[in-house]
Amino acid sequence: MNDRAWLCHPWLLGLVGLLLVLASWSGLTAIGLVDPLFLPSPAAVVAAGQSQIEQGLLWRDLAASGGRVLAGFGLSALVALPLGIAMGSNLVICRLLEPLIGLIRYMPAPAFIPLLIIYFGLGELPKILLIFIGTLFFNTLMVMDSVKFVPSELIETALTLGGRRSQLLVRVIAPCIAPQVIDAFRINMAAAWNLVIVAELVAATEGLGKRISLAQRFLRTDEIFLGLLVIGCVGLLIDLSFRQVMRRTCSWAN
Amino acid sequence: MHLQIDNVCKRFGRGRQSKLVLEGINFSMQTGEFVALVGSSGCGKSTMMRLVAGLELPSSGVIRVDGVAVQAPGSERGMVFQKYSLYPWLTAAQNIAFGMQLQGRSKQEVRERTAFFLEVVGLTDVAKRLPRELSGGMQQRIAIARALATEPQILLLDEPFGALDLQIRESMQEFLHELWERTGLTALLITHDLEEALLLAQRIHVMAPRPGRIVRSLEAKFNRSNLRQLRLSQPFLALRQELADELRQLDSGPNSPC
Repeated sequence: MNDRAWLCHPWLLGLVGLLLVLASWSGLTAIGLVDPLFLPSPAAVVAAGQSQIEQGLLWRDLAASGGRVLAGFGLSALVALPLGIAMGSNLVICRLLEPLIGLIRYMPAPAFIPLLIIYFGLGELPKILLIFIGTLFFNTLMVMDSVKFVPSELIETALTLGGRRSQLLVRVIAPCIAPQVIDAFRINMAAAWNLVIVAELVAATEGLGKRISLAQRFLRTDEIFLGLLVIGCVGLLIDLSFRQVMRRTCSWAN
Repeated sequence: MHLQIDNVCKRFGRGRQSKLVLEGINFSMQTGEFVALVGSSGCGKSTMMRLVAGLELPSSGVIRVDGVAVQAPGSERGMVFQKYSLYPWLTAAQNIAFGMQLQGRSKQEVRERTAFFLEVVGLTDVAKRLPRELSGGMQQRIAIARALATEPQILLLDEPFGALDLQIRESMQEFLHELWERTGLTALLITHDLEEALLLAQRIHVMAPRPGRIVRSLEAKFNRSNLRQLRLSQPFLALRQELADELRQLDSGPNSPC
């Protein structure tokens, strides 16, 4: 088994998979088997990227989409954290809100777009609110669950050591749920990133989603491919940075 | 310190579904005493412990510490749980400091007392380790140190060694006995292990299930200078056998549904 140890390197096989796809993509376009209108070559996509960077479009789009995600998701996290903790630690609040949230959670967030446009027009607010609505309920329920699963011994130990109930939140509950909350935010961040693209496809003047829908109008598949790749890479980067935060702050939970 | 359990009953649930878990429990203990409650699982001994800790309130009857009725948990009744209740995100030393910090002691006092109690339980070497890096026995010693550091008047031990391997359990029993002799602590121990109760406690209350009640109270007067010898001595084994027979009879008694 030992001579296969190299197979166990965490990234190696992932890299191989990636290179395989890249190689077949290059091969397929090089021999001209597919119309470049449908499948642009990797070189064409890189060229499209270079041109967008030179025009300053890529950074502007990244900033626009990233800003919306940050605002919408930040707002959602800010509301979900206290709300989820309140629901997780108080039975009355939980019974009051859980059915309501359970219901709204199943309404697809993009279905709110028409309503948001009627209410708030085409500016930034409806896009931020879409991300807020689309992630708030998942964030809240996941925070709530993490609070419910705080072992009762940890709470009771604090009380028998002379702790007051008011000390429990900061000293026991917050550090105990931190890893699950970070993980919940990491997972729901993916949804936020999806929603910003959806919002921009519908109505926007800039942003990664807007660039894709413009590219479609001019049959620029190379720019569509570029947009998809950038979106994927940014998402992966966000995921990795959440994991890094987790590793730094909650090493005890690994 | 005087702990007085006065005709305590505990009923869970209401109406016809309700279940009487403890019935007419009476006993008392003084500073420096080591008392054990023994019984098979389901006899309500853990519930009794939670009542003394103040984590639950009795349905009737009163539990008093120095004449004051117990209404809520407090650090004068320190508790050690069966399942490891160390905070997994805190090191061994931080766990010991935790209770003292909740009490609002000064930083310097917390630091000094933490070092002292690490020494008392012999774990200074692993002060900076996380609980998951410690063995089960070490974790329970830290839990005991954490409770003692808050200066409880009585230490409540709820099957503290129940989850440990036999060999480690025996050495932990010796550790606890030594600690009791050295520090003069007052302890109420809950266990289903007769040997453990007889080894450590001066007074033993035997409990029977359905509903939980004390059926026999006895003094266990042994020479405890050498626990290893005591475990194998004739009078010790005889008393242990007698109590084991009694417990077995209680479990298969006419009231038993099994």
